[in-house]
Amino acid sequence: MEKSNNILARLDWVTVILWLAMMIMGWLNIYAAVYNEQHTSIFDMSQRYGKQLIFIIAAIILAVMVMVTDNKLWFFFAWFIYGFFILLLILVLVIGKEINGARAWFGVGAFSIQPSEFAKFATGLALASYLNSKRQLLGIREMIAATAIIIAPVLLIAVQPDMGSVVTYFAFFVVLYREGMSIWVFITAILAVALFLLTLILGNLPVAIGLLVVAAIALLVTSGYLLTLKAAAVMAVTGGMAFLIGNYILDLDTVLIIVLAVFLAGVVYAWFIYRLRMVNQAIIYAFLLGGLLYLFTVDYAFHEVLKPHQQTRINIMLGMEDDPFGEGYNLNQSLISIGSGGFAGKGYLNGTQTKFKFVPEQSTDFIFCTVGEEWGFIGSTVVTGLFVWLLLRLMMMAERQRTTFVRAYGYGVFGLFLVHFFVNIGMTIGVMPVIGIPLPFFSYGGSSLWGFTMLLFIFLRLDAGRTEYLG
Amino acid sequence: MKDRFANRKYFIMALVLLAAVVLIARLFYIQIVDKTYRVSAANNALRPVTQYPARGLIYDRNGKLIVYNQAAYDLLVIPVQTSAFDTTRFNEVLGITMDDFKSRMKAAVSYSRRAPSVFMKMISSETYAVLQEELYRFPGFYVQARTLRKYTRPVAAHLMGYVGEVDNKLIAKDRYYRSGDYIGVSGIEKSYEEHLRGRKGVNIFLVDVHNNIKGSYAEGRYDTVAIPGTNLWSTIDLTLQEYGERLMQNKTGSIVAIEPSTGEILTLVSSPTYDPSLLVGRVRSENFTALQADTVKPLFDRALMASYPPGSTFKIMNGLIGLQENVIKPTSLFSCSNGYHAGSLTVGCHSHASPLNLPQAVAQSCNAWFCNAFRNILENPASGSIQDSFDKWRAYLVAFGFGNKMGIDLPNELSGNIPTRSYYDRYYGKDRWKALTVISLAIGQGEIGATPLQMANMAAVIANRGSFYIPHVVKKIGDNGTPSPLYTQKYITGISPENFLPVIEGMEGAVNGGPGSTARGARLDSIIICGKTGTAQNPHGKDHSIFVAFAPKDDPKIAIAVYVENAGFGSTFAAPIASLMIEKYLTDDIKRKYLEDHVLNMVIKPSGKEQ
Ligand SMILES: [Zn+2]
Repeated sequence: MEKSNNILARLDWVTVILWLAMMIMGWLNIYAAVYNEQHTSIFDMSQRYGKQLIFIIAAIILAVMVMVTDNKLWFFFAWFIYGFFILLLILVLVIGKEINGARAWFGVGAFSIQPSEFAKFATGLALASYLNSKRQLLGIREMIAATAIIIAPVLLIAVQPDMGSVVTYFAFFVVLYREGMSIWVFITAILAVALFLLTLILGNLPVAIGLLVVAAIALLVTSGYLLTLKAAAVMAVTGGMAFLIGNYILDLDTVLIIVLAVFLAGVVYAWFIYRLRMVNQAIIYAFLLGGLLYLFTVDYAFHEVLKPHQQTRINIMLGMEDDPFGEGYNLNQSLISIGSGGFAGKGYLNGTQTKFKFVPEQSTDFIFCTVGEEWGFIGSTVVTGLFVWLLLRLMMMAERQRTTFVRAYGYGVFGLFLVHFFVNIGMTIGVMPVIGIPLPFFSYGGSSLWGFTMLLFIFLRLDAGRTEYLG
Repeated sequence: MKDRFANRKYFIMALVLLAAVVLIARLFYIQIVDKTYRVSAANNALRPVTQYPARGLIYDRNGKLIVYNQAAYDLLVIPVQTSAFDTTRFNEVLGITMDDFKSRMKAAVSYSRRAPSVFMKMISSETYAVLQEELYRFPGFYVQARTLRKYTRPVAAHLMGYVGEVDNKLIAKDRYYRSGDYIGVSGIEKSYEEHLRGRKGVNIFLVDVHNNIKGSYAEGRYDTVAIPGTNLWSTIDLTLQEYGERLMQNKTGSIVAIEPSTGEILTLVSSPTYDPSLLVGRVRSENFTALQADTVKPLFDRALMASYPPGSTFKIMNGLIGLQENVIKPTSLFSCSNGYHAGSLTVGCHSHASPLNLPQAVAQSCNAWFCNAFRNILENPASGSIQDSFDKWRAYLVAFGFGNKMGIDLPNELSGNIPTRSYYDRYYGKDRWKALTVISLAIGQGEIGATPLQMANMAAVIANRGSFYIPHVVKKIGDNGTPSPLYTQKYITGISPENFLPVIEGMEGAVNGGPGSTARGARLDSIIICGKTGTAQNPHGKDHSIFVAFAPKDDPKIAIAVYVENAGFGSTFAAPIASLMIEKYLTDDIKRKYLEDHVLNMVIKPSGKEQ
């Protein structure tokens, strides 16, 4: 008895209240989104709002159950839980139910359960457990191992395919960053994304030329104009050779000719670089060649790996494609809904846009439309504010932990909520591409609600026991 | 333990704040700064009107229009925008009763009070004209233009297919379709749906309380233009198609005619058929139910979906394979004493001169000759076993397009059946069967099945002396387009051109030869037709009559397969029909009026299972 009192006393009630508030607000907005005069009772179990109420009650029961567990359980069984959900992710590919072209659900009677929503906390636990054993000494080997823990579920989910869920797993890199991942990994990743976007917007040739210019400037700054001129001379010669080979013998396109020229120049430089120990120059060269090769891969990946509708979504987000009745249709309708809400909104249940059934997935991925239309800028800001509050609270809690395990797990929870919050709201207002992921505690659906509740309450449970030693 | 990276939390915190600032700034912009999203007056409402593009037209191979569009109108209602109005006048215009009105209104409300739903589908142009005048008196109602299919001639129903409403299953699967949209359900309408449908557009209008459209929402920024569907040029010769359907009246069966040099289908008749305009508009569901209940199955496309044993027409295949495998020669002589006798086994034959060589055996359709030839094929000493020879034999047939779907650009094609080695292994035990066990394959009977399309393709291969293009029904996608690249690739069957010559000589003899030839009824004075009769055994009644042919013998322009169910021998019914079709296509004129009259007056009652 004394122990459970202890837990209640140590439980972070601010977070619990935020959680309850979000679920109730979500429920009211789902009611507004699917509101129908024939079924006006908010408790009507044949409607989504009725079902969501059941999901919420079940989520509360789930939360209580997590709270009464021993907090050591999550530490000792982290790998077991992880393995169990990896197995489920494999199993769902075999016996899962196909909905909207993705084999991502287990059918249980009338309900469907999506294991990828639960695999998130399992991955968070396993990653935290691994980092706990490494004590922030993250070298290349540890980075690879940690990445493997994250990538395993990602690959299985990508096969389903559910690209929305795949994106959310990038959240775990926040954990790695906090636990000492080299800042260079971060910078490289940002550069990679920037190059990716630039390549898609401008095409690969201007970006390739841009890379050459940047490399030349870097060389000029670090090594002076004499060396830069020499390098340029070598490049001119190898460029000519590459042009002859690429144009008349191998029939390469321009970007590949540039890659070839840089590669040939590298063969010439290699001896000098080695003899004269020119470290800076070697780094610049490595970045240039790496960048060019990456550029070429991006182009290939975008056109060969992504499905046409995924390409379209990215293109729409980048403003390169205007296809309002196709993939861009959702975004336009969503913008009209939210934009028409104005400062104070149209009032609860008075949204006109959302009632047109214009926006599909209104109660799931696009629930924020209802918030924006009926509650206006005030409501949108309040919801955004609640999420920021929750996120900062989670950070504060993570920072007060004594063990790497709980802190790393806490940052995993934080990262996932951050990604879901930013990507989901961002897509409804056109700052992110349309990626089908739910808004935590708001969107309709049992799996996501329970998955997020588990994720959050395991952390609350660990936090409540933060003074005890884990083994 | 020392936390060396504690400072990193500030960067992470900055990330959260940055995310919040980005979102709130953007929300501030679209909800407060940018006025275009706002509806100016509180009374105004937005009304989305889907712009349905005109479906692509379908022409015949000579540019004659077959399928086009007529305007139709759906009356929509947004219940929340309605107010008291003169329902008596309203019902009068639409020609409905008050009860009818109430039930339609109730259905609309139960779908949604605020979203538009269809109040009445496909009202006629006349009703539309009256309604349009008075629409201002009926707030909440508006009209959305649709198009319905219309046909220049009441023919080619199976081929063109029909257009229906999408079902919920498809709506869940394909994001393009919304409830109430039309989609090709069968025929060309289905297989070329993505080309024919074009792309929908949407106009979002501002509407005031008096049901007047005040203009476009946000200056049309969110409108999209509908893109009309692509026109198709079919390979069909509309005149020949119509003639074929006339000849097949009062008979059950099918005609498939192909241009051998391209694989383009000239005619695809399945009889009995129906008038395609029966499946358009408001009458569709009622007519569809009636057609579906009809015992003669007019909806069933026999040309692609009926698989029959090919009978004697299949002797051609065994002749060709034997020659290619070098186990028979054009001059090989086999005798026939009213049939083929081997031990207790007898395959009967009609009486004719004996012995015969290959061309004579084809012309006179001798069973004994082809039983001998087939035995030689399977008992070929050059292969390891009967079963290995059988595999080789089957591979030739597959190369001709038998036993698999041909890949025609129409839905629901059947693959037919050529039994496999493992099928017989299962039936008789592994390798425990001999040539005599499967001897009925020699004369196209037994476990073998082929569709009329496959038989017409066989005729095309013979006409081409060994190669073919996959039969198809669309030659141009778009007015200056090309066919799908699938249909411009030439397929080689593996039988050398010279081996076709004796077989063709036999087919020429069957139609034009002396006594004993089986298809003299198909003879034309002006053109050399090469053909082969067949009879498909029918366990349920009288046998089916088959004829395959091509013409002219040199530089063939048409290859054809004709099936007449329950008509007995191929020579009596299928051959004259094929002959008339060839004459019509090649000379555009029928000289043999007596033969035409004879065919037109033939009535063959189907004798299906019910007998
Ligand atoms: Zn005989």
